[in-house]
Amino acid sequence: MTRRVAVTGVGIVAPGGIGAPAFWELLTAGRTATRGITLFDPAGFRSRIAAECDFDPAACGLDEALVARSDRYVQFALAAADEAVRHAGLDLAALDPWRLAVSLGTAVGGTTRLEHDYTAVSGRGAHWAVDHRRADPHLHRAFSPSTLASAVAERVGARGPVQTVSTGCTSGLDAIGYGFQAIEDGRADLCVAGAADSPISPITVACFDAIHATSERNDDPAHASRPFDADRDGFVLGEGGAVLILEELGHARRRGAQVLCEIGGFATFGNAYHMTGLTQEGREMSEAIDRALAHARVDGSEIDYVNAHGSGTKQNDRHETAAVKRSLGSHAYATPMSSIKSMVGHSLGAIGAIELAACVLAMVHHVVPPTANYETPDPECDLDYVPREARPARLRNVLSVGSGFGGFQSAVVLKRAGVAA
Amino acid sequence: MTAILPGRRAVLTGIGVIAPNGVGADDFWKATREGRSVLGPVTREGCEQLPLKVAGQVSGFDAEEAVEGRYLVQTDRFTHYAMAAADLALEDARLDREGQPPFGIGVVTAAGSGGGEFGQRELQQLWGQGPQFVGPYQSIAWFYAASTGQISIRGGFKGPCAVVASDEAGGLDALAHAVRTVRRGTDTVVVGAAEAPLAPYSVVCQLGYPELSLATDPERAYLPFSPKASGFVPAEGGAMFVVEDESCARQRGARIRAELAGHAATFTGPSAWAASRAGLAHAIRGALEEARCAPDEIDVVFADALGLPEADRAEVLALADALGEHAEFVPVTAPKAGTGRAYCGAPMIDTAAAVLAMEQSLIPPTPNVTEICHDLDLVTGHARAAELRTALVLSRGLMGSNAALVLRRPY
Repeated sequence: MTRRVAVTGVGIVAPGGIGAPAFWELLTAGRTATRGITLFDPAGFRSRIAAECDFDPAACGLDEALVARSDRYVQFALAAADEAVRHAGLDLAALDPWRLAVSLGTAVGGTTRLEHDYTAVSGRGAHWAVDHRRADPHLHRAFSPSTLASAVAERVGARGPVQTVSTGCTSGLDAIGYGFQAIEDGRADLCVAGAADSPISPITVACFDAIHATSERNDDPAHASRPFDADRDGFVLGEGGAVLILEELGHARRRGAQVLCEIGGFATFGNAYHMTGLTQEGREMSEAIDRALAHARVDGSEIDYVNAHGSGTKQNDRHETAAVKRSLGSHAYATPMSSIKSMVGHSLGAIGAIELAACVLAMVHHVVPPTANYETPDPECDLDYVPREARPARLRNVLSVGSGFGGFQSAVVLKRAGVAA
Repeated sequence: MTAILPGRRAVLTGIGVIAPNGVGADDFWKATREGRSVLGPVTREGCEQLPLKVAGQVSGFDAEEAVEGRYLVQTDRFTHYAMAAADLALEDARLDREGQPPFGIGVVTAAGSGGGEFGQRELQQLWGQGPQFVGPYQSIAWFYAASTGQISIRGGFKGPCAVVASDEAGGLDALAHAVRTVRRGTDTVVVGAAEAPLAPYSVVCQLGYPELSLATDPERAYLPFSPKASGFVPAEGGAMFVVEDESCARQRGARIRAELAGHAATFTGPSAWAASRAGLAHAIRGALEEARCAPDEIDVVFADALGLPEADRAEVLALADALGEHAEFVPVTAPKAGTGRAYCGAPMIDTAAAVLAMEQSLIPPTPNVTEICHDLDLVTGHARAAELRTALVLSRGLMGSNAALVLRRPY
């Protein structure tokens, strides 16, 4: 007997809007939240733009002590988890804590605080030997990526399997995929699943500078993230977090929860090709799509919307277009496919969860979010990228894909609530 | 991928160990069996003035010999260990990579500290000299996914890839993830963890752990279950394994070294050691249930052995809660008292030791520990001969995870 997995709650911290309503308003308006970096002084860096969150932890209900010991990315996850729990109408005290799991992704974890404190203990990089007396007492929390899932598990009272997943830029999709599997396998009935990252710090900006992955359109940040557009020149770094409440379908129905959609299938593969490079053909991403579709028992021709990885690098958008065509065949040309990174940037490990949250909202509202800034077609990217304006559409099955450093390729299929398995 | 397929079982067919007490399974087992302690002073450059004085360092590992230059330059020490351990495991499994389907081999690693040494070097470049001095490999060397990615690329493994970025218990979770990946239809998974948390800044980051032992005498720094227990000693290294679908392994005539029979994981909060009793007991019961194993079938326990009185007591009570009367009779050991705790690598090293112990019918001792102040049959001094069919490996993490793994000798 197959256990089906429902999504019953969504919580989001994203650039341009905190909380699901503000986020959805941004996406459907096609507004961009990219701007010049304010979190540190970016003078001297090649790319000086980012999509930052105007985040007030107190306004999100996080108390001072919690804020003091939690990195920014953990705060994003806590705020998103609180919103998702409220949205799902969960009475946490009434749940069996051993059946409640947490699965959260992050690509770079506590690097922002690690870097901040590094400057203090090293005399701003003057010495290899470091002075421990200048270190923050909470530094071990930044050091251990486990902190992310641990902090959220404490917040929601989970005692079941609690896991931080870190597969670079597919972390968000994978964390939700593994949460889905935990419920499907019967290891949990509920899972707080999602991802968070706050990578806008000098070291991360510098390392993407070094490989020319990020956009140099510093004089026009609002139009810098332009996935699939012929004039794209790299991604715009972002930050944020999103959490979904995943719930065994029977569990959700028994408590009268609103089922937003179901997770139908998930798959991930390595391309075994290059840590940062992608093949022309997209065979491995296509394999992930095919397996996720098979898992969901959905035919490629039944996909109504593809939420793209669409980072806005030359190679990614080409690779991904090839992969989707390989899997969906001629149906790919008739399927809207958009990248919300055009609006909220690329928040590394977090973005896969933010994108899945966008897919859930798209299914609930029957609206496909657009690709902002898309103006000039690229002959190598010849699908329908939903230029600039949101589009009404009845969505039964939605595909979201991700691609990350390490060669990882992931796909998740969402199904409309109540569609028979 | 699919849901879990009935009838598929995961077995372990290859072991690769890079541990403080031995590089390669043979050297590792010899030191482990003899109960040799290799805890010693931290000798890494830049650590001289830090209050952590004792650790378990890997010695006798030549990265340049083990890993090709082009992979060496773009990776941190933790990935060097992982790549080398993966090579040893694959060699041990005698896997013919040519004959495998294109998506047939996956890679799963656990990582609790990432590429700290590489990261510190690049931080120094950035802050000491400027953004343009940060090298192109920082983006792929520091992050937790580096080892899975590099093992996949280096080996041409296109199967499902995963990274559990966790505290110690995440090592066992990674093994369980590999088992589920096999049961979902992938024939082979290269899985494990290796850590390198001894760069100066990484050490500074660990000083906030209240459980860390700052003792200066290597023979007294890490004494689990003893009245002098005063915390744990960190270590580097780990182990990688080849895990396969049983029928595939039998078909190709592979030497099956153990069955990965059951696993469960729970969470009881960071440094909440008294509460870990219930969490660990719950995990043990879950692992036994998945393995369809009665408590009295457990022939040996490889303990988490954190080395703090409260945590040690919780572990002993958890065993009593989960195993009942049998807890009085089952031998318990903690070889990691002689190597230190290599974070996610620690339960991987214990898993390797458990498999070797079953094969050799020999329980390795707990080094350095002579006095025991808890009610358990801790194997100390010399290795103990015993018929071992089933082993239980336990792990708890500093961020609150608890995990249990049941291993069975192949029939």
